[in-house]
Amino acid sequence: MSTSQLAERLNRTTRWRLPRRQLPVLVSLALLLVMYGIGVSQYQAFSNIQVVFNVFIDNGFLLVVAVGMTFVILTGGIDLSVGSVVAMTAMVSAALLRDGLPPALVLLIALLIGPTLGFVMGCIIHFFEIQPFIVTLAGMFFARGLCTWISSSSIPITDGFWTSAAQERIRIGDNFLTVGVLITVVVVAVAAYTLAYTRLGRNVYAIGGNPQSALLMGLPVGRTRIAVYTISGLCSAIGGILLSFYTLSGAPLIAVGMELDAIAAVVIGGTLLTGGAGYVLGTMLGVLVLGVIQTLITFDGTLNSWWTKIVIGGLLFAFIVLQRLLGFRKKSFSTR
Amino acid sequence: MSDPNPVLTMTAISKFFPGVRALDGVDLRLFPGEVHALMGENGAGKSTLIKVLTGVYGHDAGSITLDGEPVAFSGPMQATEAGVSTVYQEVNLCPNLSVAENIFIGRQPRRLGAVRWRDMRRRASAVLARLNLDLDVGELLGSQSLAVQQMVAIARAVDVQARVLILDEPTSSLDADEVKQLMRIMRQLRDEGIAIVFVTHFLDQVYEIADRITVLRNGRLVGEYPTAELPQLALVEKMIGKELDALERLDEAAGRDLAAVEAGTPVVEATDLGKSGSVEPFSLTIHRGEVVGMAGLLGSGRTEAARLFFGADRADRGQLAVDGRPVTIRGPVAAIEHDIAFCSENRRTEGLVGELSVRENIILALQAARGWLRPVPRRRQDELVRRYIDALSIRPNDPEMPVRNLSGGNQQKVVLARWLITEPRLLILDEPTRGIDVGAKAEIQRLVVQLSDGGMAVLFISAELDEVLRLSHKVAVMRDRQLVTELANDDDLDADRVMRVIAGGAEQKDGTRHE
Repeated sequence: MSTSQLAERLNRTTRWRLPRRQLPVLVSLALLLVMYGIGVSQYQAFSNIQVVFNVFIDNGFLLVVAVGMTFVILTGGIDLSVGSVVAMTAMVSAALLRDGLPPALVLLIALLIGPTLGFVMGCIIHFFEIQPFIVTLAGMFFARGLCTWISSSSIPITDGFWTSAAQERIRIGDNFLTVGVLITVVVVAVAAYTLAYTRLGRNVYAIGGNPQSALLMGLPVGRTRIAVYTISGLCSAIGGILLSFYTLSGAPLIAVGMELDAIAAVVIGGTLLTGGAGYVLGTMLGVLVLGVIQTLITFDGTLNSWWTKIVIGGLLFAFIVLQRLLGFRKKSFSTR
Repeated sequence: MSDPNPVLTMTAISKFFPGVRALDGVDLRLFPGEVHALMGENGAGKSTLIKVLTGVYGHDAGSITLDGEPVAFSGPMQATEAGVSTVYQEVNLCPNLSVAENIFIGRQPRRLGAVRWRDMRRRASAVLARLNLDLDVGELLGSQSLAVQQMVAIARAVDVQARVLILDEPTSSLDADEVKQLMRIMRQLRDEGIAIVFVTHFLDQVYEIADRITVLRNGRLVGEYPTAELPQLALVEKMIGKELDALERLDEAAGRDLAAVEAGTPVVEATDLGKSGSVEPFSLTIHRGEVVGMAGLLGSGRTEAARLFFGADRADRGQLAVDGRPVTIRGPVAAIEHDIAFCSENRRTEGLVGELSVRENIILALQAARGWLRPVPRRRQDELVRRYIDALSIRPNDPEMPVRNLSGGNQQKVVLARWLITEPRLLILDEPTRGIDVGAKAEIQRLVVQLSDGGMAVLFISAELDEVLRLSHKVAVMRDRQLVTELANDDDLDADRVMRVIAGGAEQKDGTRHE
């Protein structure tokens, strides 16, 4: 049975029992379990818990970036600059460390650049009423250009703090996690709490539901909108640091197209592209789905890695159709 | 009954838009514990006045005082904080959030910065209970009926310690029971000492609840009157500024000669046309020059039936013949090729392009019918547009005005003009007069008579029996998704009889036609 048929049946038979709001997330969860199940049934080594840990280790930075993207998409916007900001953060860190700056200062600077760019883009989007697509596209070129300006080739990181953060193994029984995974988990938890329990988070949903209403209800629409792009910038910066832990280098052409992976993860995690509905937890499931697909293809060994893209493309189609079937659609606004 | 000191006054307010004087020296006084009806035709300036009051627009002259202190709100948020809350016609809440959250968003109860969901839901239930509403506040707002959404909006508005509550056409999408419920809430709030501004087009509702009436016309103040001293007819006169003979003159068109039109050529004939789950099979013939009224309650299948004629929905049984030849109408494009036009009830959301001018909006359908390779010459455009602006009294009568600057009634006329310009042979009008004022109503009704005299077949859908009876040669009554009967509009037919059929009385059994 195809995913869309499944969705339709779920929709028909359980409409009154399953909360509609959480349904897309449940579908993502089911998808993840099915994929994991396939892995376990096909490959003996797949059931090793370290496989799951590795999915987190290999995709932590993507997850952090996708969390920021979730905020933006929940307001009905989009942020195309995230991949470039990730690369830029890694580049700046590598370059400053090479020049001998203390790691703490480097960390601070690297973590400030992303949110600053996000703040500026948010301001342009809000005050000049320009499509987020265009503004963040400009931000994407800008940040990517800066990377190459810093250096046209990869800069290795040899700093002690960085290498120890990268190589530290946190043992859990026979398995291990990295520092990056811990940071990722903290980011996810803080983000989930922010969306569910703070006024800022609830305003994000309100704006995604109906920006005009949000304004008329007296909500700080402008401030919230600028905040989500700043948050996305911060998440990209953290993602960039995590990536530099992971690769121990800064490279101008790293994380190209990562914005698209992040958007894909958010959508597969059940967040509406038009805004107003979705969860950080869903985004986490979305990233895990992407990670498990990659792992499956690695385990297979014969498949080209582009199969990852093909499967993600197929899933995206399925999820967009699913959103449609569940009847989550924006009402059109009046002309007045 | 009222406190001698108004809680809020607006004095000599003027507001200019480019090329338009929207308000010119308007006064408004609101007294605590009073319902104050703000009346006027479309475009009279009611909405603008409210937007000035709540700070959505600034004003160019005049002053506003709250409790004697001069105020100027910079936006709805400040107005709300000062105790002036507004509930708009189109519910301005977030359908993707829960009922409770819609009431409390922006001022949720918190502890250490964290929203206390349980506390919020409990308080939301309490607020709604005060308005005698019992619903699950955890449900999504979007899953509630429009009426409930409206009440939730009011609950939100009054819970912020509102002293002035502005209700901008709150009843226009509610059915009779829901209106009653709303009225009850209004009375209750009034008795609690809140000053209520009530904007509506429904005169009976004004006389049922309003204590005081302010009338605006063309952006000017006509006057402020206690309701008791202003009879209904006088009110209408003040609103439209001329003796109200337009509607009465139209009455002459009644008792229209059914036999004559029925003898003519049928334009469309539906035979057992139906769509499962939407409308039961029905047969209906519309002749040249005939106006067929379609009556029935909201949701009785009127619109659904009309959509089958236009191909907006595909019939799954029965036949449709145009000019005696059976046709399959696969969609609106095919319908337009058969010279069928459909003016839908959702005029504002369907089809008007707010940024484009009146002229461009009117020409749109004609241009589409001709194909984009054959542009309508500019001189021809100007001539056509001028003719329809005059015929429909579209105001302001500037063809280059962006449509979004027009009031609702005038936008409606633009949609109508767009279809008329294509010279259809069958014109389907779905609630063309809903939510528009008496003057515009009379103009549209007169137009329907003229068009049918000119040979156009018209299917006229309306919830207002008076106007259906005034215009139609025959009346098709819908109930529970069935066409229950066709009534010839002879001298015997009156609103009571139609009402009985709609309600499912004895009439339905004695044949389908009274001739």
